[in-house]
Amino acid sequence: MTATRNDQRGEVAVRPANQSGAVANPARTRLFGGFLWGIAGVVLIALIWEGYKFFGPDNGVLIGELRVLPRTTDLAMPHLWDMLTRLAEPVTRADGALPLWAVVALASLMTLGIAAAGWAVGVIVGVVFALLMQRWRLAEFGLLPWIVISQTVPLIAFAPIVKSWGSRVEIGSFEWQDWMSVALIASYLAFFPITVGALKGLQSPDRIHVELFDTYAAGYWPTLVRLRLPAAVPYLLPALRLGAANAVIGAVVAEVSTGLQGGIGRLLIQFAGQASGDPSKAWGPIFGAIVLGLVAAGSVALLGMILKDYRRTEEAA
Amino acid sequence: MSDQIPTTTSAAETMTGAAGADAAVEVRGLNKQFQTASGIVHALEGIDLTVEAGEFVSLIGPSGCGKSTLMRLIADLDVPTSGELTVFGKTATQARLDQDYGIAFQQAGLLPWRTVAANVALPLELHGVASAARRTRVADLLEMVGLTEFADRFPDQLSGGMQQRVAIARSLAEQPRLLLMDEPFGALDEMTREKMQTDLVRIAADTGAAVVFVTHSIPEAVFLSDRVVVMSPRPGRISDIIPMRLDAAEGREERDDDLREASSFFEMVTEVREALHGGASDGENPAPRAARGVDTR
Ligand SMILES: Nc1ncnc2c1ncn2[C@@H]1O[C@H](COP(=O)(O)OP(=O)(O)OP(=O)(O)O)[C@@H](O)[C@H]1O
Ligand SMILES: [Mg+2]
Repeated sequence: MTATRNDQRGEVAVRPANQSGAVANPARTRLFGGFLWGIAGVVLIALIWEGYKFFGPDNGVLIGELRVLPRTTDLAMPHLWDMLTRLAEPVTRADGALPLWAVVALASLMTLGIAAAGWAVGVIVGVVFALLMQRWRLAEFGLLPWIVISQTVPLIAFAPIVKSWGSRVEIGSFEWQDWMSVALIASYLAFFPITVGALKGLQSPDRIHVELFDTYAAGYWPTLVRLRLPAAVPYLLPALRLGAANAVIGAVVAEVSTGLQGGIGRLLIQFAGQASGDPSKAWGPIFGAIVLGLVAAGSVALLGMILKDYRRTEEAA
Repeated sequence: MSDQIPTTTSAAETMTGAAGADAAVEVRGLNKQFQTASGIVHALEGIDLTVEAGEFVSLIGPSGCGKSTLMRLIADLDVPTSGELTVFGKTATQARLDQDYGIAFQQAGLLPWRTVAANVALPLELHGVASAARRTRVADLLEMVGLTEFADRFPDQLSGGMQQRVAIARSLAEQPRLLLMDEPFGALDEMTREKMQTDLVRIAADTGAAVVFVTHSIPEAVFLSDRVVVMSPRPGRISDIIPMRLDAAEGREERDDDLREASSFFEMVTEVREALHGGASDGENPAPRAARGVDTR
């Protein structure tokens, strides 16, 4: 026992000293660095945009008949500051009209809600499929090919049909809403990467860990909760991110093709139609869509931060 | 937790059971073959071995002679091709379900997302030990392996030897009547290793646990064991079983560092070494030295 104390001290003396300082900081530095890079990227794009608009020919760059770079007129490429000031102005000239940014924000919020609902359904369906396939080999053989094939069916193209099916659904007091069709399509796009990622994650524990749980005579559920699910996290997080991106794209496109009112997809089309008279206005919903994507990705990243301990590996870093 | 198995229950059961004097491990005519792409591998052939309750038995032999395989069979992680195997008079499966043994593998096998303390607590948690009892037990175990200060670290922040010590603490968590240890000290430095050996002898004596201990180190086997089982490869066989006659220590409690310098200790080392070399040289390959564990299998 005395020997322990001694070699403990030796280890303690070396380790915490270089760890408490070194471990906490890189993460913060990386976050800060990422932030700087992000800003630098936005500035670069703004410079290219305005630079080309200033120096580029009015008619764009043509090779023969082919226009390889766009026209630089205010109609095709409004000034960035015009786009930004337009955001602050009212949407229409009607009295009491909300500023453009507020309309865009409201529409983005609605689409975000629909995409989140679709994503949540996708997560549930994906994880359930993965659990089934992990538990029973037979389920994997039976289900996986169909799940893969399902993604070759462009449900998004059939959005209007999905909507008309939905409108016939009426169970008791429950009535199918049009937004549900959009959420359904979003979930259809989201569940696939989640299924694949979750399955891979649930199957990821090393044999030594599975056998350890066997020696504890741990049944299916304890093994699932204490081994398989934690081990699946590193696989699940990228899958959830991919699922979120798919859900947003699915929601926006499905809004467009089902003609759902109130979302950002509808706004994109509507304002693009008014672009000849008010070119800067069309950019409002585009910014909205970008922010929407960032919020979706950011939420999953936040989840990853909460679950950071589950992303450790056994080996020394 | 539907299938929690408190250790106390399983101990009580076997006490009241008919066979109070059952050997910890009883192996009769055991064979194990593996089907591989290049044919059948005879990992173990005709193994007969009895490990009495409370006895410390080491398995030693060249790499690939089936030591880990034998251990896995006892632990019910694999099934014998033929032969009999009982653990405390029960089938290996029943013994596993009753949590009659604790095991430390050749690799530490810690869960990377759990802290050191949580890793040691894992078996207790799975078997529904109350959290207060769990905390004191974990603290005791970490104290014993000298990692108290590292309780809140994660495995990736430890050295290989420290990870291995956590795994050893985990295997002792439920005070099993049988300890299965597969080269547990392989990754430790010599000082820690000797300390862990002394501790293990003491723990085994205190708890009256039987130990099946795989090692590549002859002095380690001699120091720890009541009997050393010498194995030879292809096919894996027991070539010799050598009882340790260390006059210094009739009771195992008395094994301490003085023993390492006793003359009887060196006699035993020599005897095991000769058995190892002799056992190997009557095969096709003339006297391959017992390679010290580098194989990570
Ligand atoms: N799952 C398996 N499939 C096929 N062959 C195996 C399997 N497990 C072990 N073997 C073979 O059985 C033999 C014994 O292996 P085992 O791991 O028991 O050796 P060992 O004595 O523990 O060696 P080491 O000292 O290197 O750990 C080896 O020849 C090995 O190749
Ligand atoms: Mg081995």
